[in-house]
Amino acid sequence: MDFDLTKEQEMIRREVRKFAQSEIAPVASELDEKEEFSAEVTRKMGEIGLFGMFVSEKYDGQDMDYLSYIIAVEEIARVDGSQAATVAAGNSLGIGPIYYFGTEEQKKKYLPKLCSGEGLWGFGLTEPTAGSDAGGSKTTAVKDGNEWVLNGSKIFITNAACELSMGVTVQAVTGTRPSGKPEYTCFLVEHGTPGFKAVPMHKKMMWRASDTAELYFDDVKIPENNILGLPGDGFHQMLATLDGGRLSIAAMGLGGSQGAYEAALKYAKNRVQFGQPICKFQAVAFKLADCALEIECARNLLYKACWLKDHQRSFEKEAAMAKLYCSELMGRVANHAVQIHGGYGLMKEYNVERFYRDQKLLDIGEGTSEVQRIVISRYIGC
Amino acid sequence: MEIVVLLKQVPATESLIEIADDGVSIKSDDIKWVINPYDEFAVEEALRIKEAHEGSVSILSVGSEKTVEAIRTALAMGADKGILVNVPDGDVYDGLTTARILSAVLKETPFDMIIAGQRAVDDDNFQVGPATAEFLNIPHISMVIKQEIANGKIKCHRTVEGGTAILETPLPVLFTTQRGINEPRYASLPGIMKAKKKPIDMKTITDIGLDPATVGKPLTKIVSLKTPPERKGGIMIEGDSAQAKAVKIVKILHEEAKVL
Repeated sequence: MDFDLTKEQEMIRREVRKFAQSEIAPVASELDEKEEFSAEVTRKMGEIGLFGMFVSEKYDGQDMDYLSYIIAVEEIARVDGSQAATVAAGNSLGIGPIYYFGTEEQKKKYLPKLCSGEGLWGFGLTEPTAGSDAGGSKTTAVKDGNEWVLNGSKIFITNAACELSMGVTVQAVTGTRPSGKPEYTCFLVEHGTPGFKAVPMHKKMMWRASDTAELYFDDVKIPENNILGLPGDGFHQMLATLDGGRLSIAAMGLGGSQGAYEAALKYAKNRVQFGQPICKFQAVAFKLADCALEIECARNLLYKACWLKDHQRSFEKEAAMAKLYCSELMGRVANHAVQIHGGYGLMKEYNVERFYRDQKLLDIGEGTSEVQRIVISRYIGC
Repeated sequence: MEIVVLLKQVPATESLIEIADDGVSIKSDDIKWVINPYDEFAVEEALRIKEAHEGSVSILSVGSEKTVEAIRTALAMGADKGILVNVPDGDVYDGLTTARILSAVLKETPFDMIIAGQRAVDDDNFQVGPATAEFLNIPHISMVIKQEIANGKIKCHRTVEGGTAILETPLPVLFTTQRGINEPRYASLPGIMKAKKKPIDMKTITDIGLDPATVGKPLTKIVSLKTPPERKGGIMIEGDSAQAKAVKIVKILHEEAKVL
């Protein structure tokens, strides 16, 4: 057994942390306040190599293991959930499906731009009436000669309506399986295709500096060779993408927990009440001790899931566990952090309120906590 | 342009420094080690010179095996190769000894230019750069904030009390970097992967033709280390108006602090 990270992984953590502290931390609060996506920050993240980390050099990726990518997301999330969302969605949901399931031609066409951070790609799964019940999707694609005609809409799609958005992977119903269940196929839809409209969504509680979109498809004609991989593979592709995606959401929970905990610890050491720093009071000290304990547990669980994936072992159960545990942990830690900050914790000047808000998505996105519990319970034979 | 950067690994500035039981060294168990910040300027400047004039950048360091990490970071930033004179962990050298070791390596290494930080932030000796230049018998310019290279000469702007001096010398030269010369880049993630494959040449004291017995005996000796005294509380200036307070401040600065 070996709990040490490799020298490269250590270096990645150090450099990404340095980058997050000097390039993201100074603007995070303002972008959150203005609810503004920053193409400039995204490009900078691309320049240091935060997109395409697990993609082979052949497509201009960084050729790193999955754990390295997870450490990078963790370090960004330690400072800002919104930018971590741009990176996590950009890699797991944007680049991932094309890299894992795309044809050689599709990979060569899209991946180099996406890996540089010059372009972002969305992942269109959720619909207004199909959230956890992904089988309820109403978006359809009908074959017409050499083309497919796409109709329907998608909602809550990250990275799909900003100036860097190049396109989206869209899951659509393309028929019925012999079992009577719908057959799904994924399509790569480029921005600018007639009939395709992406509208940014505003008034969000969390991830306010990340780009979230509603997508509308009105008789959108897609060429046959824009089918992702093979027709009928859509459902399997989506499930596999979500398994990997869960690890990056977990990384956001872990990094966010770490950031909120560090802020609370620092504040508790400096804030004096009744003649001593409040960290000397057991009520505060025990909260911090619990945070430290649970963060340690969360990190071990998440890194183990990544280790399994990096060793081509099955990791789906551990990914669901890590996603669930890290997401909910950040809720507990951010709650403690705000409580320890007292009245100041409610003010925007102290970042813990942003962590408190940003956390809530993690219980909901890419499979709610309830869905994770279903996944885990199935794996243990319930 | 063959450029060599002299690099030292030092405790991270945010580390909590505690004096060890022997009273002459620091506890190193929980310390995070980084590239000396002034040497980071040197690495960045070397990379910029390489980008403008072509050539290669070598990183030269004296230290224990853990120093490899600092060299790898510089390689991840874009330097081409590393040389480490590997000495036992815990051996402490004074500036002159370090300069002697470095110059022994440099006498066997082709270079047009050597760049070093103006000082290391751990022992604040300011000696290694200039002493190395002396041993090599080449010109040196310290505290450089800007440089221009043309026709085999380098023109350096260096900070002096209250101003800037401009000096010119033919190459080869050794210059030391001062804060303000540049903003060091991050090691990019592809850079980190590439650094894995870049060579680091490990040498021992014997390899470079020196005698470990004499090298281990520095001319100066640390007698004791002390932490700085705790800061005293500030003085609150009371007064009805900003003007009244300013008058009091000036009086204190003049009569008590005697700085005006």
